[in-house]
Amino acid sequence: MNFDELFGHLGQHTVDGLAKGSIYALVALGYTLVYGVLKLINFAHSEVFMVGTFTVVGVWSLLGATDSPPLGTLLLLLAAGLLAAALASGLTAVAVERIAYRRLRRMNAPPLIFLITAIGLSLVMSEAFGLWQGRLVVGIPTVLERDVVFSIGGTDVTNTQIITVVAALVMMAGLDVFINRTRYGRGVRAVAQNPDTAALMGVNKDRVIALIFLLGGLLAGAAALLYALRYGNTRFNVGFLLGLKAFTAAVLGGIGNLRGALLGGLLLGVVEVYAATLTQSNWEDVAAFVVLVVVLLFRPTGLLGESLGRARA
Amino acid sequence: MTTTTSRKRLLNGLSDATGGIGDRFRALPKWQRGLAFLAFVAFLYYLPLLGIPGLTWLRTDSIEGGNNWAGVLFVCAVYVLIAIGLNVVIGLAGLLDLGYVGFFAVGAYSVALFGSTQSPVVKALQERFDLPQGWAVAWAICIPIAIAIAMISGVLLGWPTLRLRGDYLAIVTLGFGEIIRIVVRNVSWSGGPHGVAAIPGPEGAPSADNQVFGLIDAKPWYWLALTVVLLLVLAVRRLENSRVGRAWLAVREDEDAAAVMGVYPFKYKLWAFAIGAALGGISGALFASRQGFIEPNQFNAQLSILFVAMVVVGGAGNMAGVALGAFLLAYLPERFRDFAEWRFLVFGLALVLVMLLRPQGLIPSRRRARELKDRAEEVPASV
Repeated sequence: MNFDELFGHLGQHTVDGLAKGSIYALVALGYTLVYGVLKLINFAHSEVFMVGTFTVVGVWSLLGATDSPPLGTLLLLLAAGLLAAALASGLTAVAVERIAYRRLRRMNAPPLIFLITAIGLSLVMSEAFGLWQGRLVVGIPTVLERDVVFSIGGTDVTNTQIITVVAALVMMAGLDVFINRTRYGRGVRAVAQNPDTAALMGVNKDRVIALIFLLGGLLAGAAALLYALRYGNTRFNVGFLLGLKAFTAAVLGGIGNLRGALLGGLLLGVVEVYAATLTQSNWEDVAAFVVLVVVLLFRPTGLLGESLGRARA
Repeated sequence: MTTTTSRKRLLNGLSDATGGIGDRFRALPKWQRGLAFLAFVAFLYYLPLLGIPGLTWLRTDSIEGGNNWAGVLFVCAVYVLIAIGLNVVIGLAGLLDLGYVGFFAVGAYSVALFGSTQSPVVKALQERFDLPQGWAVAWAICIPIAIAIAMISGVLLGWPTLRLRGDYLAIVTLGFGEIIRIVVRNVSWSGGPHGVAAIPGPEGAPSADNQVFGLIDAKPWYWLALTVVLLLVLAVRRLENSRVGRAWLAVREDEDAAAVMGVYPFKYKLWAFAIGAALGGISGALFASRQGFIEPNQFNAQLSILFVAMVVVGGAGNMAGVALGAFLLAYLPERFRDFAEWRFLVFGLALVLVMLLRPQGLIPSRRRARELKDRAEEVPASV
């Protein structure tokens, strides 16, 4: 246990944890949206994220990205990467819903059938990429050189950290406005509250469900770009662990609750970085699972409660 | 619309056909059924020697570079054992356990850590009690230890988590499987990332001198595993038709109704978990004994999902179904090695297709098939 390192650079680790957690938060939103409306764990969401990371790789190699390009090219690369990854992930998520879940909803299948189907889909997608792109780590050019922008009291804040956290907050705020202020958002909330009554009121349920899958996918695509910036590589099974942690983040904050996903993501990121510091990374992944189990045992509705969804009897 | 109905008709025809065979079999006189069963068991014991002209293409060593046929059969038998254990949890009690590989690992590591002269645990015991260098716990004692530890870990996992609703339970168990792997990799008393070697078999540590359970000839191993499978199939069958089995069924179909009728769901779920874990432990112990060497990365989450696939594709709740599923998923990649690289893709596709088209599995449990059909007819008009 390396407490000196943790408390000696507490600020540094916290900032790093927040940046890491922002990525979890964006992926967690996808779980939370789907759970809030359909009451099911979209296990395949992790692979939606994975598709996003490979889209970033593909688009950047198409545009001939190199390490640390000039500013204009950099902005173009970021914009193109964001657009392509968000679109690819969004469409993948909608396709998952269309191919698998819609049929199961018609059959009124029990939740476990949904879950097993999602696991199968997730295996299919990650294996397809493993066969197509190889099973090794795929490098991504470092388009944005890590650079300390400012430091407060010995805590360095780098440009990637700022971009990650700000991007996550902006998208989070955008989603919040969309769900709470727009006509479509009202439809989403209505279906989450009571699907049958919403249908009677003229809300097209299938369209709302496709919409939430699309939204979750778009955010996962954005998370994929941020992941590419932060880690500089991806792999066919990158989604598995990250998806599990993002789900943990969603549960931690209160699944079905949008602000909860943000809070849960940030908290989990910080906890993980602390755990990694204390144990030289050996137990980093265990920390996330322990958090998940403890939260489920003592506060199954999460920190902020399940507000989009209803508590189930 | 017409395509859906014709597809439905096709599927119904399919299930009628498979159900029809089952019905006809059940209608036979008891002695004929017993004879058929005995003939089937005899065939299973004969399988590693398989030389019937016309059937030899089934052997995995009939292709170039194919694995030792008896060795493959042994792995199949271990997988069937796993499927039977997981079937208790998923098929009978209706709990989705995505961390079953954890119990498999616990069983394997129990035998390795207590039975191998090279394991840190045995070395510590030697030092503590002044035992000779070559001392280790005998295999025959390792097996009950493995079962006990697996069962305890099942209860320890189940105690806090079984109160969770079904889909949360699945994720927590998935996490459990990963935790076991990470713990075993990180702590020093388990051999760490290098694993443990010299795991004993029924005749002691693996060596070329072993008369029956040697390193090369896998036939005795297969016969041992098959015997264990048959005994446990009979045991689980008895369990299924007992008070406990009926309680599982009641809890699976409607937990609240079961509780009202005086069946305490938590207790029976915990039993299912413990028994499932014990069966997983036995299969892990057998696997480790035959391998002689294990390391943490053999027990990854993908394997857990493979186990679930065996049960679900075969037909959760029906022992013949899950055994068939396990056999197919273990055997096909070995026989068709050109596709070994594709196997997880194919397993994933099989999972999705079975869930979408035939959620009750290849050989369904009749009761479960009816449950699913009931639900489908309950669909409210607005969906």
